[in-house]
Amino acid sequence: MTTIDAPRTSAARTRRGVNLEKWGWMYMRASGVVLVVLIFGHLFVNLVAGEGVKQIDFAFVAGKLSDPFWQVYDTLLLWLALIHGANGMRTLVNDYVTKPRVRSALLFALGASTVVLLILGTLVIYTFDPCPVGADPELVASFCSSL
Amino acid sequence: MPAKVAGAGASSSSAPLSVPAPRPPVIAGTLYRGREGMWSWVLHRITGVAIYFFLLVHILDTALVRVSPEAYNIVIGAYKTPIMGLGELALVGAILFHALNGLRIILVDFWSVGTRHQRALFWTVLGVWAAMMIAFTPRHLIAVFGG
Repeated sequence: MTTIDAPRTSAARTRRGVNLEKWGWMYMRASGVVLVVLIFGHLFVNLVAGEGVKQIDFAFVAGKLSDPFWQVYDTLLLWLALIHGANGMRTLVNDYVTKPRVRSALLFALGASTVVLLILGTLVIYTFDPCPVGADPELVASFCSSL
Repeated sequence: MPAKVAGAGASSSSAPLSVPAPRPPVIAGTLYRGREGMWSWVLHRITGVAIYFFLLVHILDTALVRVSPEAYNIVIGAYKTPIMGLGELALVGAILFHALNGLRIILVDFWSVGTRHQRALFWTVLGVWAAMMIAFTPRHLIAVFGG
């Protein structure tokens, strides 16, 4: 006689160790909640407050990035958003790309571009000089003239 | 889902095990295809991909602050043109939907009655999205076209 498992009987564990897919799933939700707050704040400060999109120029960004608060804010935004986006794209690649070699190539490109952009973005935030030597005084932040 | 599985594998041995008949091959009834659940999923994927590719460009354009004030200002100037201004409106619309629907997904996953209310939650997402777009659109269009 054939026996059938009761419904919702957990499947036998075939793998030991950390369940990376589960933590990826958790990451999407945890980072998502934080990103809602960070991105709404980012959009408000840049597009709603002040003069909106027209206010954004080198001096505006320099004013923000010379403040440790915005350095940390933008670093969190960069890392949380890019990893969230790359992991989402990984999900889509796994769903829609059926050829194994194409899938591997796309996942590699996704991972490589993510690492490069995380390093680039972090370096930009922490090596940024708001008052570059020899820059046009009209283009830099007003506090540069008092240096 | 039909729940004709109570007691399977557990209770009396006298009653024959009742297994639900295979689902008839029609798209109807308890399936969510074609309804709010499917469209929220479709829109979440489309907006996610759009936001991801904008993020790639946005990290690179912001990195130009490390090159020179002139280089950054030329590229950011493109964001202030009418066509890009409308593009930003679409981008903000995509971000707001993805953010609100992401919170809906978290509620469906973690709130005990979230699944039961997933349709109402979807319409709530659309309502809050519309209210936020009504607030943001005139503000942004004035910044882009009003000078």
